[in-house]
Amino acid sequence: MSKPKVAFYWCASCGGCEEAVVDLAEDILKFVEAVDIVFWPVALDFKRSDVEAMGDGSIAVAFINGAVRNSEQHEMVDLLRRKSQLVIAFGSCAHLGGIPGLANLHCRQAVLDEVYHNVPSVTNPDRTEPMERFEAPQGTLTLPLLWDTVKTLNQVIDVDYYLPGCPPPVKLIADAVSAVLSGQLPEKGSVLAPDIALCEECPRRDTKPEKPALKEFKRPHETTIDPEKCLLAQGLLCLGPVTRKGCDGVCTKANMPCTGCMGPTSHVSDYGAKALSAVASIVDSNDESEIAAILDQIVDPTGTFYRYSLPASLLHRAWRPATDGGRRL
Amino acid sequence: MYDKHTKDKQFEPRIVAFFCNWCTYTAADLAGTARMTYSPNVRVIRIMCSGRLDPQFVLAALREGADGVLIGGCHPGDCHYQEGNYKALRRFTLLRRVLKDLGIEEERIRLAWIAASEGDKVQKTINEITESVRKLGPLKLERRGLLQAEPTILDTVDAAVSAPGGVS
Repeated sequence: MSKPKVAFYWCASCGGCEEAVVDLAEDILKFVEAVDIVFWPVALDFKRSDVEAMGDGSIAVAFINGAVRNSEQHEMVDLLRRKSQLVIAFGSCAHLGGIPGLANLHCRQAVLDEVYHNVPSVTNPDRTEPMERFEAPQGTLTLPLLWDTVKTLNQVIDVDYYLPGCPPPVKLIADAVSAVLSGQLPEKGSVLAPDIALCEECPRRDTKPEKPALKEFKRPHETTIDPEKCLLAQGLLCLGPVTRKGCDGVCTKANMPCTGCMGPTSHVSDYGAKALSAVASIVDSNDESEIAAILDQIVDPTGTFYRYSLPASLLHRAWRPATDGGRRL
Repeated sequence: MYDKHTKDKQFEPRIVAFFCNWCTYTAADLAGTARMTYSPNVRVIRIMCSGRLDPQFVLAALREGADGVLIGGCHPGDCHYQEGNYKALRRFTLLRRVLKDLGIEEERIRLAWIAASEGDKVQKTINEITESVRKLGPLKLERRGLLQAEPTILDTVDAAVSAPGGVS
């Protein structure tokens, strides 16, 4: 019997998810023994035409990381969807939009302005920007079209399962792979991680007050962090209470507050709103102006609460006028 | 039925109001029995306490067709559950900052303390938010642009209400 075929692909991502696969360490050898990797641009020299030549549904599972924000990524995930029996959204960006999803606070042109003109380290006197087509003497050159809006994988194609995390924890990857290989998969659409908040597995759990109450929010560089005590109780904006567990508390163990990369549990439809709700409710004041002053210490609430999930949020993105001659890209 | 997509009619904003069972909802009842009139643009949803108002409800209302959201709770110190209204105030304060970043004008979201005896304040508050949202125009939201063909939940509710034999 031939081994099941597996594909990996990356869209708008940083490469950390690819690293997470390599982090399987020796286990990756067992994995490679059990499956046939037929496509993995970061590591293996297979091309798009190789995938196109495969029969529909001939790949057992495609792990796709990264958000989708340009026409090439759209074409590639469409292609992989056609060729694969299962598609697993791998990592925060594919699952919820991730860090690239914060571009949804701006429009396409604002992103291009920032990257190609405004960044202090950029010198671009000709004001060159990426173009979809360019007529060169050697022929026509084309580039993928950058979209106005960053999308999660399931806003573009049908997704079977989700592996959360930035990047997904090795244990969850290994569990997901064995579930796929043994065919013992949960209901379609499931997030392949425990459905309970991080506090439950946090080593600082016993020091979490019954009713946290804060008059001051501190950022990690502004304070000396007690390595034993609940971070929230120390005034750090730890999002553990609203974030799915499964990461084994790697950040809180390393003395850093949870930033929410594992996303919400299944009971929450908008992670940012829920995180905002949890944090605001523990403000220790009943006075309108004092409440406002305490909450003003949170420097960038939108970026903090929607750090990994703006494209997956109920409102999806900030409203902006149509760009590029009225086209919404 | 108010059709904000038709240019020849005046824009009628749709406001979703979340009223606390113990104070504001009772006040709205009082306004009704006292036959006070106020703008018919508000759809009232009764919740047990303004502290029950999950910020997700506000986002869901905006996403599903509301142009503005009004939250009504007990005056400070009067909460039936002691401090639910303070929690509502804290959440509202932070939510408004986030909504601003998402391009939603502050005037579209309002929190008002209205006691059970203040039927006139229900009338006044509803009229005020209706007028300020009317001035702003329809809520501009990406999702509605993307899914223009798909009616929002509030479209469906309005259609049911205005259908022959519909609830009034």
